[in-house]
Amino acid sequence: MFIVIFIGVALAFPLIPLALAWLWRRFFQPPKPGPDKTSTYECGVESIGDAHVQFHAQYYLYAIIFLIFDVEAVFLVPFAVAFTGLPVGGFIAILIFLLLLLEGLVWAWGKGCLQWQP
Amino acid sequence: MGEQIDEKLRIELQRQGVWVSSMQELYNWGRKNSIWPLQFGLACCAIEMIATAASRYDIARFGGEVFRPSPRQADLMIVAGTVTKKMAPQIVRLYNQMADPKYVIAMGACAISGGPFKQGYNVLKGIDRYIPVDVYIPGCPPRPEALLHAFMELQRKIDSQKLTGADKAEFLKPEQPSEFPVPKFGQHDLEPPANPDVFHPAIIERS
Repeated sequence: MFIVIFIGVALAFPLIPLALAWLWRRFFQPPKPGPDKTSTYECGVESIGDAHVQFHAQYYLYAIIFLIFDVEAVFLVPFAVAFTGLPVGGFIAILIFLLLLLEGLVWAWGKGCLQWQP
Repeated sequence: MGEQIDEKLRIELQRQGVWVSSMQELYNWGRKNSIWPLQFGLACCAIEMIATAASRYDIARFGGEVFRPSPRQADLMIVAGTVTKKMAPQIVRLYNQMADPKYVIAMGACAISGGPFKQGYNVLKGIDRYIPVDVYIPGCPPRPEALLHAFMELQRKIDSQKLTGADKAEFLKPEQPSEFPVPKFGQHDLEPPANPDVFHPAIIERS
């Protein structure tokens, strides 16, 4: 029972204003479409070409390699801040981390991921 | 709508706790208290506009704090600042893309007339050359209080707009255009330099 009332209210809440708006448009507001009004909104500039542009799948590789080194920078900043007070173990740990990433880059480079193939 | 109730009778009824309203009043009351401005600023006046929207002056008191990033959702265009000739076609196009009913506040000397740059080669001498302006605010730049005053004036205008009859609001008339021609870059100036349907400069009479 409760759920039925809930659904009824949930439907009436959006539908009544929509119906009122529709009635209002029907009886009072004359429609005034036009070439500018119906055109794509691009900050007031006339849009050139289609808005649905596809990105090349190749771009994904660039993005993911960028992301790896982006995250690396996040780890490097606290490391650099705490550098003077760091034990030798911490230093070696970050070096291994860097080497792993570097190895990844070398691998990707060797695979030819950094070569743009259209 | 239609028949207007006698003002004295209505005040008398209100004193007794009976509120009489009309569709027109309800509609205008809703409209005037939820004016959503289009979010863009052109020059220094925009800083004053931002101050108006921020907590000290708080345009939210008048229901105008919802600055929309899309003209489709906006009711009000605040032309805040110098309109260069490079920018004018974009302003007119944005105005065209706004849904009816739409209003324009020309804020500051530049938006009204070109202001201190009136003699310059690159500044439009008033946005009212291309689009109809509802409220003009003088000042360079106008203080936030002035913008609030203009906002209240606009609310007063919306409140007085009629929905039916021969003197109904402009946006309800089918023959009234919702779009205005976008000027093009000519060799020396924007073409046309003004829209004669919109621009009615005051004629100076010298005796």
